[in-house]
Amino acid sequence: MKNNNSQKNRKIRNDIILAVAIIFIAAAGLLLFVLNREEGSMVSVKIDGKQTASYPLAENTEVPIITGENNEHINILTIKDGKASISEADCPDKICVETRPVSFVGETVVCLPHKLVIEITNENADGGLDAAV
Amino acid sequence: MKNKIRRYSVLGLLTAVALVLSYVEAILPPIWSAVPGIKIGLPNIIIIFVLYKTGLKDAITVSAIRLFLVALLFGNAMTLAYSAAGAILSLSLMTLCKKLNLFSTVGVSIVGGVAHNLGQILVAMAIFETSQIGYYMLVLAVTGTVAGIFVGIAASIIIKRFEKIKI
Repeated sequence: MKNNNSQKNRKIRNDIILAVAIIFIAAAGLLLFVLNREEGSMVSVKIDGKQTASYPLAENTEVPIITGENNEHINILTIKDGKASISEADCPDKICVETRPVSFVGETVVCLPHKLVIEITNENADGGLDAAV
Repeated sequence: MKNKIRRYSVLGLLTAVALVLSYVEAILPPIWSAVPGIKIGLPNIIIIFVLYKTGLKDAITVSAIRLFLVALLFGNAMTLAYSAAGAILSLSLMTLCKKLNLFSTVGVSIVGGVAHNLGQILVAMAIFETSQIGYYMLVLAVTGTVAGIFVGIAASIIIKRFEKIKI
């Protein structure tokens, strides 16, 4: 019985070590991530993994993004005050609409049902225009 | 024969409970909408219970039927890919941790929760061909750990209550 108990205590101790280790590593990673992030200048639109357009964050604008095999889906990309977000969408879960506006390099807004990702980049404006063509 | 019927009935019941828990989780409002994918993982209570009570084979069966039914009822082929990757990674690592005998049910559940998130993030990275969403994993690792603690405690209580009842 005593043996059983000490084994139980050892396992609970291991549980705590595991939980603390995971949270510590994740917190350290997040801290590094937050310290290293920088404001982006462009937002690129990727549909099904392929970049289809990019827009400068400096200009306030609203762009419809059509996706789907028969162009049946729509998301509205809104750029306002240097931040990009999806303001409207006809996807079932609306997770993309609820995602807060993004402005740092590498930040994304994802619409899983439409296979759409908008991602902040810091390519210069010229490169961005080329990519948009 | 009688035992077999009894076992299948109980496993069927448990699958139904797991399915209801999936539904409850699906209608809960998103906990933090900035990071999609944060979940408590309620169905994992049942999966852990089956894993400890009757073993890996039954846990795979219950998990697979639940995944398929959830995709059929509230999802699509796309959500099936995500949840299948999460479930496979989660169940494999939980089995490994259970075999290692290092952790209690709570530790196993934490590993399961974090592995579930990891599997989904890996599929999302593959589908979107971007590694940029990888940092979501850092947030999901924390929420997965916290959720795993609660799921693990719930599972250990149920396992204890059913200690004398044979399936």
